[in-house]
Amino acid sequence: MNSIRRHVLKAAGSAGLIGTAIAAGLLKPGQALAAWNSVGFNATKTDEALAAIGASGAAASADIQVKAPDIAENGAVVPVEIVTKLPNVESIAILGEKNVNPLIATYKLTDFDGSLSTRMKMGQTANVRAVVKAGGKFYTAAKEVKVTVGGCGG
Amino acid sequence: MAIAMRVRAGTGEIKILMTHPSENGLRKDAKTGQLVPAHFVKNVTVAVNGKTVMDGEWGGGVSKDPYLGFKVKGLKAGDKVAVNAEDNTGDKGSAEATAS
Repeated sequence: MNSIRRHVLKAAGSAGLIGTAIAAGLLKPGQALAAWNSVGFNATKTDEALAAIGASGAAASADIQVKAPDIAENGAVVPVEIVTKLPNVESIAILGEKNVNPLIATYKLTDFDGSLSTRMKMGQTANVRAVVKAGGKFYTAAKEVKVTVGGCGG
Repeated sequence: MAIAMRVRAGTGEIKILMTHPSENGLRKDAKTGQLVPAHFVKNVTVAVNGKTVMDGEWGGGVSKDPYLGFKVKGLKAGDKVAVNAEDNTGDKGSAEATAS
């Protein structure tokens, strides 16, 4: 209940921000805003980010591989590949568990064929977590990456 | 923003590279000590022959000059692939490629 209340409050807060941006002329009222999970991306804890994408109960799965270097000398650019044999993949999310904002990206997928790669920032040594929604259920796996120099600023 | 895309029908691979600062709003400028304002890609879609195969929401945790590669089933030579992206300032970019 508390977490739902917090999300509602956060959502209200960001709506206020958008209103302010419109008032300041930064956004035109008619400008279409594509879907963007502000609660998820602004979450500062992995649990909150997972809740915001509906994946709190994700089951650990050996059918997901998170391919990333054991040691990343430069946390600003950490190559990550998510490989899965799970059928009927609907979406993938990638998180850096100890980043200031853990949620890196989400991808809704159609006709997905098992591999997705990107490059992400990591503030410190942490798990890189992948969440895969397949056949209506959430599955997850993680790999620890040791970071020598963080890449999130601060 | 500039976007480059390569599409391989044989492997089903779609590879996308963008030129973008991807600032998360948390980094301080080394000279001025001021926070560099957030400036990152928020929405990216990829369509094959007009059918969306990837609809992405990204945060500031994606690295500078974002890279995305993924595999799509049933990609054939001649398929038209289009990518569209928009950042948090409303700046847009797009690219098209034909699978070969």
